[in-house]
Amino acid sequence: MATQQTRVAGRLLVAPSVILLFLWMIVPLAMTLYFSTLRYSLLDSDNVSFVFLQNYGYFLSDPNFFSALVNTLVLVGSVLVISVVGGILVALLMDQPIFGQSFVRLMVIAPFFVMPTVSALVWKNLLMNPVSGLFAWIAHSLGLPAIDWFTNWPMLSVILIVSWQWLPFASLILLTALQSFDEEQKEAATLDGAGAIPFFFYLVLPHIARAITVVILIETIFLLSVFAEILVTTAGGPGVATTNIAFLVYKQALLNFDVGGASAGGIVAVVLANIVAIFLMRIVGKNLES
Amino acid sequence: MGSIELKSVRKSFGAVDVINGVNLTIPDGAFTVFVGPSGCGKSTLLRLIAGLEDTSSGQILIDGKDATNIGPAQRGLAMVFQSYALYPHMSVRGNIAFALKMAKQPVDVIDQKVKRAAGILNLTDYLDRKPRQLSGGQRQRVAIGRAIVREPKAFLFDEPLSNLDAALRVQMRLEIGDLHHSLKTTMIYVTHDQVEAMTMADQIVVLDRGAVAQVGSPLELYNKPNGLFVARFIGSPTMNIVTGPSADKRGAATIGIRPEHLQLSKTSGEWSARVRIAEHLGSDTFVYVEGEGVGPMTVRAEGEAELKPGERVFLTPIEDRLHKFDKDGKRIGA
Ligand SMILES: Nc1ncnc2c1ncn2[C@@H]1O[C@H](COP(=O)(O)OP(=O)(O)OP(=O)(O)O)[C@@H](O)[C@H]1O
Ligand SMILES: [Mg+2]
Repeated sequence: MATQQTRVAGRLLVAPSVILLFLWMIVPLAMTLYFSTLRYSLLDSDNVSFVFLQNYGYFLSDPNFFSALVNTLVLVGSVLVISVVGGILVALLMDQPIFGQSFVRLMVIAPFFVMPTVSALVWKNLLMNPVSGLFAWIAHSLGLPAIDWFTNWPMLSVILIVSWQWLPFASLILLTALQSFDEEQKEAATLDGAGAIPFFFYLVLPHIARAITVVILIETIFLLSVFAEILVTTAGGPGVATTNIAFLVYKQALLNFDVGGASAGGIVAVVLANIVAIFLMRIVGKNLES
Repeated sequence: MGSIELKSVRKSFGAVDVINGVNLTIPDGAFTVFVGPSGCGKSTLLRLIAGLEDTSSGQILIDGKDATNIGPAQRGLAMVFQSYALYPHMSVRGNIAFALKMAKQPVDVIDQKVKRAAGILNLTDYLDRKPRQLSGGQRQRVAIGRAIVREPKAFLFDEPLSNLDAALRVQMRLEIGDLHHSLKTTMIYVTHDQVEAMTMADQIVVLDRGAVAQVGSPLELYNKPNGLFVARFIGSPTMNIVTGPSADKRGAATIGIRPEHLQLSKTSGEWSARVRIAEHLGSDTFVYVEGEGVGPMTVRAEGEAELKPGERVFLTPIEDRLHKFDKDGKRIGA
């Protein structure tokens, strides 16, 4: 790609796909932006008018918005912590030569292939149900009162379900990182008298730092928009206890039939996601360099 | 203090016997070199001593105390790996200080020891660099520095110079030699470069298929190899081996004569031969010849002997430099 000619040819050749990708992205975004400036309710669809930023005003000043923002951050943060810490532990375990290693690995990865709606239903009806759930049965056998998870600990319940889904992903990525640890370095550390814990913190953790960064970045993207699990289990409740931004936008659009307000909410969610992304890149992104 | 003794040490991986009963004494302060062909078990033996592998049977004594079942860190030995095995996320300082930090030594003591090691190894200017920012020779020195600060009873080196180019290898060889003279610590050094073995060692251990073939000083091995294996292995170019009438005449199954102990003449001698090629190295000339009835041979001729390919020459061994071996390849006579 050195000469002028090859550069021009190269640009011409990639142009169609770049333009297509650009349109693919920009058209929905532009339409959402456009709708977000309209007073546009499906209950009154003949009466559409331009209201400029009013929808944003309503969305941001909605008392539910702030709680949804907090819920989103709590959900993302907790799931990240649980899946990364848990993922490291599972990966360390899977890295050991244990009996039936490949079977264990397959089982650990399995939850990742279960659809969010299905896994949420399983958790809701088979595990966490206060009457017929497995947890209730365990509590009863121990002589304890059953916990009504979705009533008393709604956020914790959602966090548990989502963490369970993302743990395999984290474990798998971190396992591949662990497996690339140099055997001679391990031996050198043994000779240097490093026990298991200093060995982990001084050598293993820096080695897998980059993989952890990748896990955090990818998970964050998906966790900001968790939706199916909430819809299936708590429907955002009780009250707004488990309503995150994605769910709030849904409520606005489909429960209140307010297209303008929902679009404004969607744009706010995009902006928030970008802010989170910028912070994340600042904090952990430097691990990706070099 | 740092004498090491192995008593009928065996090691097998599954059904494969890799070390077959090695008895060996490594005196305190000696520079011992393990040599042998690839796959003969040099690394395995070193790792057994270091404690990185468990022995299948036998005993390892360090300073007279049984260390067979002691963990590698407690044996007080330091190892330098072929790949250096530096910790990539730590600076040179961090690498060298790591063992001391693990031993919970006070910060000022660590600092002082790291400085001293860096001084000895010319690493003072590089203390804050990461390993990937260093050259091969510098990395090698960091690996040695990491061993020095632990003040070990013995240093174990597994082919430490094999990743370096020829010039650097000579330089590092001298530096390791100097280090041994100044520290006077026991060192065990694995190599299959026999120049390294001959130049550095106080004691050479030749290994053959997991057993000790011979132990001795470089000159002992050179002058009195106890068998054909050692005779062939030590010395460069290798010893000429002759069987047949010339050997029978001297009452041996096989005789061996080093290239430097053959007299070359253009007129007469014991064996007649044709020159295949002559390598002029300046000070010496190595002449590769095809002997009639005795096969290919190498001769060291002095200076710039004028020899052309195809030319007929005569070779005569210096009689008291001949090595005689019986039919089992064992040395005959003193
Ligand atoms: N972990 C292991 N499992 C099975 N066999 C092994 C193992 N480690 C080494 N061996 C075998 O033991 C023998 C000796 O290996 P070792 O590494 O000690 O050789 P070496 O003398 O160091 O050779 P080189 O000069 O090539 O490094 C080899 O035949 C090797 O295949
Ligand atoms: Mg080896």
